[in-house]
Amino acid sequence: MKNKHVAVIGAGPAGLEASSLLVSMGYAVTLIEKEEESGGHLKRWHQLFPNRKAGSEVLAILQNQLNGSASIEFNKEITSVKPFSGKFIISTSDGWVTHADSVLMTTGFDLFDARKKEEYGYGIYDQVITSADLEEMFKTEDSLKIRLGQQPKRFGFVHCVGSRDEKAGNIYCSKVCCVTAVKQAIEVKELFPDAEVYCFYMDLRMFGRHYEELYKEAQEKYNIQFIRGRLSEASENKYGGVIVKVEDTLLGKPLKITVDMLVLMTGMVAPLVTSRIRDLLGLTKDEDGFLAPSDIHLSANICEIPGLFMAGACSGPKTIGDTLADARSAAVAVDKYFKN
Amino acid sequence: MKDAATRFGYSVNKDRQIDFDNNSHDIALRVAAAEPTLNLCISCGTCAATCTAAKFADFSLRKIILLVKRGEVGGLEMEASRCMLCGKCQLACPRGVSTRNLILQINKALQTSKL
Ligand SMILES: Cc1cc2nc3c(=O)[nH]c(=O)nc-3n(C[C@H](O)[C@H](O)[C@H](O)COP(=O)(O)OP(=O)(O)OC[C@H]3O[C@@H](n4cnc5c(N)ncnc54)[C@H](O)[C@@H]3O)c2cc1C
Ligand code: SF4
Ligand code: SF4
Ligand code: SF4
Repeated sequence: MKNKHVAVIGAGPAGLEASSLLVSMGYAVTLIEKEEESGGHLKRWHQLFPNRKAGSEVLAILQNQLNGSASIEFNKEITSVKPFSGKFIISTSDGWVTHADSVLMTTGFDLFDARKKEEYGYGIYDQVITSADLEEMFKTEDSLKIRLGQQPKRFGFVHCVGSRDEKAGNIYCSKVCCVTAVKQAIEVKELFPDAEVYCFYMDLRMFGRHYEELYKEAQEKYNIQFIRGRLSEASENKYGGVIVKVEDTLLGKPLKITVDMLVLMTGMVAPLVTSRIRDLLGLTKDEDGFLAPSDIHLSANICEIPGLFMAGACSGPKTIGDTLADARSAAVAVDKYFKN
Repeated sequence: MKDAATRFGYSVNKDRQIDFDNNSHDIALRVAAAEPTLNLCISCGTCAATCTAAKFADFSLRKIILLVKRGEVGGLEMEASRCMLCGKCQLACPRGVSTRNLILQINKALQTSKL
């Protein structure tokens, strides 16, 4: 039993957490990652909602607890997983192959490509950036100040970019971006206390513990303003400012405002390669593109192929807390599979 | 020519758009300084639902708060003066907005801005 071998595909938070648990249960684990280092999206986040813990701190703990106990294969993007007489053959497109008794998919998500919402001007106007770009800028203390000059007047945050938008192909909510916007708005106010910050939203989804409190703090302590309305378009004025148009739906009137920087809260999408693996395996195709578990209540880590498991954001948008809990639950499911 | 221009909406009438950049935000700043709970409002409308004055007149505290925040204060004085200061809304507001004082401060700011 205990010499069983599990291949974990994707070394983000889900893959790291599940691997260390599987190792502690006595399994041989190979963690396979397409990038040259582990961490997934977490390595890009400066501070985490809701408590502003450093992303690097959480990542270091996840990496350290694994500490050499699983073999990690870097720079290997898995493009195919095939069941073969009770085992799995796992391979990349350039010929690297490995075998395992069980496979755990932890391939996470991709960021929605904001250029697809052309009317928002990402990639066209200099001062339109994404939430992920902003995290990068927070990491290097002065980069935002240098980019904007010392006294930016106004920032705008656009919620639901590429989410809840059938024109963009995604009907679902990405779950983490409302609270991320609130967190980032606060961080911007800390850097530029005199600036005004506006969030343009359709609904504010402060679902998690302490999120509503963070929202209230953003209003009370930081004077961040929330305007309910979805952006129709952004355009540049001759001074490099970004003109934003929304309907202020709570007043029933169109509203025009100029900001110095516009941040697009890009959502999560299922990675194309994950969908390809899903289709090769003939797994259920969910409309949103994410991997479909057998049952979202009772067996969130299991699918129709025995021995194949999933955890983390590859089966739908999740926070890091959700992801880690899901990863531990997947490790238990793998263990149960081998023991039966 | 003139006819076409008006028919297609290019008339000289002020449009309905909230011109946030050019609106004056002086009232909002003064009200927020005098009653900081202005910022706590989440536009839920409980105040307007419970309001005695709202039953009889075109008056919604929720809307007034938003108009103040957007700098849309032209003609607001009349509406804001309809409050009877009964304080019912303050009991109902889920965010702890000090509604009664807020209206007093809005009225005060609107009046002094005219002087
Ligand atoms: C802007 C933004 C900010 C966020 N901020 C927070 C926050 O403050 N707090 C919080 O709780 N959550 C936050 N999140 C959510 C958080 O990023 C996710 O919960 C977390 O990254 C999910 O982990 P994961 O391991 O499932 O996926 P990922 O982080 O996407 O990791 C997946 C890993 O798999 C690898 N991979 C993918 N496909 C393959 C393949 N075919 N072969 C090999 N390797 C592969 C990837 O390279 C990656 O390393 C944020 C999300 C966004 C979009
Ligand atoms: S979490 Fe908020 S911003 Fe993100 S998709 Fe859902 S509603 Fe939109
Ligand atoms: S105090 Fe004014 S706004 Fe509040 S319920 Fe009474 S009349 Fe309505
Ligand atoms: S009840 Fe309170 S939070 Fe709700 S709209 Fe009125 S003032 Fe705002």
